[in-house]
Amino acid sequence: MVDYLNIFFLETYKIMLLILPVLTAVALIVWLDRRVWAFVQKRRGPNVVGPFGLFQSLADALKYIFKEIIIPATSNKIIFILAPIVTMTLALIAWAVIPFGKGIVLSDINVGILYLFAVSSLGVYGIIMGGWASNSKYPFFGSIRSAAQMVSYEVSIGVIIINVLLCVGSLNLSDIVMAQEKMWFIIPLFPMFVIFFISALAETNRPPFDLPEAEAELVAGYQTEYSGMMYAMFWLGEYANILLMCAIGSILFLGGWLSPINIYPFILIPSPIWLIIKIILLFLLFALVKAIVPRYRYDQLMKLGWKVFLPFSLFYVVLTSSFLLYFDLLPGN
Amino acid sequence: MIIQSIFFYIFSFIAIVSAIMVTVSRNTVHSVFFLILDFVSISCLFIMGGAEFLGMIMLIVYVGAVAVLFLFVVMMLNVAQQENEWFQSKKNSATSSSHIPIGFLISAIIFFELVIVIGGWKLKPEIETFNNISLNLGITNTHSIGAVLYTDYIHLFQISGMILLVSMIGAIVLTYRKRSGLKRQSYIKQISRERAGGIELIDVEKNKGVNIDV
Repeated sequence: MVDYLNIFFLETYKIMLLILPVLTAVALIVWLDRRVWAFVQKRRGPNVVGPFGLFQSLADALKYIFKEIIIPATSNKIIFILAPIVTMTLALIAWAVIPFGKGIVLSDINVGILYLFAVSSLGVYGIIMGGWASNSKYPFFGSIRSAAQMVSYEVSIGVIIINVLLCVGSLNLSDIVMAQEKMWFIIPLFPMFVIFFISALAETNRPPFDLPEAEAELVAGYQTEYSGMMYAMFWLGEYANILLMCAIGSILFLGGWLSPINIYPFILIPSPIWLIIKIILLFLLFALVKAIVPRYRYDQLMKLGWKVFLPFSLFYVVLTSSFLLYFDLLPGN
Repeated sequence: MIIQSIFFYIFSFIAIVSAIMVTVSRNTVHSVFFLILDFVSISCLFIMGGAEFLGMIMLIVYVGAVAVLFLFVVMMLNVAQQENEWFQSKKNSATSSSHIPIGFLISAIIFFELVIVIGGWKLKPEIETFNNISLNLGITNTHSIGAVLYTDYIHLFQISGMILLVSMIGAIVLTYRKRSGLKRQSYIKQISRERAGGIELIDVEKNKGVNIDV
């Protein structure tokens, strides 16, 4: 029994060590996002609370905590309350398999990339539940749009993952990173990286694909009826998902925790720092895209997903596998 | 081992209760949510049994895609607020009584099949032919599934792929209808549009007007 308790406390300690930095990072990344957005538009952005406005997200969180939570009378109460919890939980549990270095990972499971894919595909439910349980027009439209969009872009993300897996020969995330020691996958699979980046934008409902919460048409989409801490949880979940997508992108294509060149001053920097640098760089791209690209029309979005990305990434699967087969580079046996 | 069996019983209890709730709950959307809970707990059971690949695929395919479509259909058809009247056979017997015998028949057939399969397996263990697939514990089960699926069972695999393709085409053909008077956007047409083709100067005759929509 003492053994079990020991394991339990050790694991709890590890989880805390992972969750707290992730949540802090989410708060900082919200600040960074608003800051980049402001600089592109020649504004200052949040710069009052703390140095450079770093504590702005903390102030926002405090504000949300003290606001009243309003539950609409006609809503389906259980599902209404469950929806933000589901979003937040799913955005956080995915971090369990992200490797921050050789052996620095909470659980090094064999099917790591499948786990990430499964968790990100479950993310739809928070949105559908929120939209349906609000029992109101705009949230429902928003959630239907969002679900269709996320399901469509998941397909192309799945095919892109197959491309990477063909080069690795394993579903384990640490193996995927270690396979990039000689060459990062962004070089042979550059078109796939571009498509992954755009699909990740669509998957996380970021602009230019933020149609589910297009404020000109749908007020705030599925979040319309939410207030106070529940709204903040949706918001946190969304940004945690964006951070997660950046992490997946840097693990699949940018060599995860590996340093760009394997020479002296670079290998001194510990591996988690490299992963964090790559995540931040990818996130800066996300933030820039938000600032400079106008919103897509819904039918164009669907057309892009199904008629452009899916066939192209399928074609690339054939190309990659035939290349690997011809030059006898297939991993494994 | 105690912890494992506790978790096993927790997950199987949730699976059975949510399976019952799928049929019992009055609200159709709640039924679908219970179905999702059922899928999730069954994939947890798969993972506990060491079949992590099957569990994850179950999550991705059933929970991530199939159940979303179920939810879509249920929400769009607006049956959410409709009371599930199948169990109230006395109130309005016209609608409900016809469903219950069919349901009982199907469940009896499935139960009978289960009895045959499990009974045969218990009475004659040599019926089970799967033992000749040697389990190599050194490789991951993703690897071992792939090794069997694409070699020994390649024809079954491809036939099931063909069946899925045919049913997909069938579903598209059945629901496809050509709508007339639809204006589609063509990028090439838009980009290649020039001033000469786009602007026309016309002397409009008095009281005649111009027909724009040609």
